[in-house]
Amino acid sequence: MKIRDFLGRFFGDYQLRDDEDIFGVGFVNSLFAMQLVLFIEKEFGITVGNEDLSLANFRSIGAMAELIERKRSGG
Amino acid sequence: MALPEAQSPVEPPENQQQRLARCRALIEREIRPRADACDAEGRLPDELPVMLGREGLCGLVVPEGQGGRPVDPITYGLIHEQLGAACAATRAVLTVHDMVAAAIGRWASPEQQADWLPRMARGETLGAFALTEPEVGSDAKAIRTEAVRSGDGFSLHGSKRWITAGQIAHLFLVLARCDEKPTAFLIPRGTPGLTIEPLAPPLGLRAAMLAELHFADCRIPAGWMLGPVGSGLNHVAAAALDLGRYGVAWGCVGLIRACLEAATRRARTRVQFDVPIREHQLIQGLIAEMAVDLKAARELAMAAGRLRQSGDPDGVIATCTAKYFAARAAMHAGQTAVQILGAEGCAAGSPVQRYLRDAKVMEIIEGSNQLQQVMIATDALQRQGRL
Repeated sequence: MKIRDFLGRFFGDYQLRDDEDIFGVGFVNSLFAMQLVLFIEKEFGITVGNEDLSLANFRSIGAMAELIERKRSGG
Repeated sequence: MALPEAQSPVEPPENQQQRLARCRALIEREIRPRADACDAEGRLPDELPVMLGREGLCGLVVPEGQGGRPVDPITYGLIHEQLGAACAATRAVLTVHDMVAAAIGRWASPEQQADWLPRMARGETLGAFALTEPEVGSDAKAIRTEAVRSGDGFSLHGSKRWITAGQIAHLFLVLARCDEKPTAFLIPRGTPGLTIEPLAPPLGLRAAMLAELHFADCRIPAGWMLGPVGSGLNHVAAAALDLGRYGVAWGCVGLIRACLEAATRRARTRVQFDVPIREHQLIQGLIAEMAVDLKAARELAMAAGRLRQSGDPDGVIATCTAKYFAARAAMHAGQTAVQILGAEGCAAGSPVQRYLRDAKVMEIIEGSNQLQQVMIATDALQRQGRL
């Protein structure tokens, strides 16, 4: 829900599905990826490392939730 | 001597105050007195990086564990304000060094960090950021420099232009297309296939030691890639430029302060029509505009600093906003200071004509004013639910 709320600022009224490619719907600019990483780190208390920078980890709400869960469980 | 109202009014966190005081003293002792000569000669003293490193100024964003002496974002900004008021070219060189160090600290492998960061903190290795190309500026994703897979590593082809500190840097953070995706590489000076061509000093930041880099079958090992393939722009360069914009914003605050100090000094001592020109209301109007711009620019930079300190994603746009306003205000302050000093302000060797030329460059580097406007407007529209 927190991820969806954050993304809502960029995507307005557009209803994102959990598995929808957020980079594919054309709403974001070059600063977005950095803002997204900062948000995830601050909100969920994890550190995104260079090993996590695969686009697959940030492509959808579901993928980000999985990354956060994995990082929180020490994976 | 600075006017009381032109001093930084906001104290940094207590544990950083002594550090800031030492940095300010160093800047006033070693950097400000040389600034006009550096500008005239179009170069910085050879010993500058190591001297700055000895004083901890090359390790402001390097973790303590890697030999750095990091400071919080507010203290970082106040140091850059002082640098900006003293010598914008020195500030620019330190900023690109910090951009590279921060990128390594954030996204490099532990081996790369151990290899580079301690040397960078000491000033023995000066970093430079190589994104811009002869045909590519604001549209960074259009970079043409290519990293082609070759054996166990890569072969780079292409050119980079307007590279601050390129003439003296020891390590370049280079953005290139790899597998058609923007990717960052760390390439040391002296790598075969890399040639460095000094550029003539430009309009402003004349001592920033600009260079053009040429890569011709420049073969590098795979271990010199910084971050994964495809992360070069959105993560590595974006974060580096974000820090660069923050440094530029504070540097512009320093420029405005320097303009205000020079203009008020002149207004007190220059007599025309039998009175000091400070008594003429049109001069007072010009000074008032500079004073208000100084306060506004500093508040925007402080607001960005506070958000950065807490890791808030809103710090990114706050930094764009601060950079945009401060650069524009610095340009205005430079014009005003030259106007108040008149012919003296236009004279060769006058600091205020240097401030004006440096301010113009501030409106272009680390994202032009127009690019900042696009970012700020997009954010404003998003917040209003229009996008």
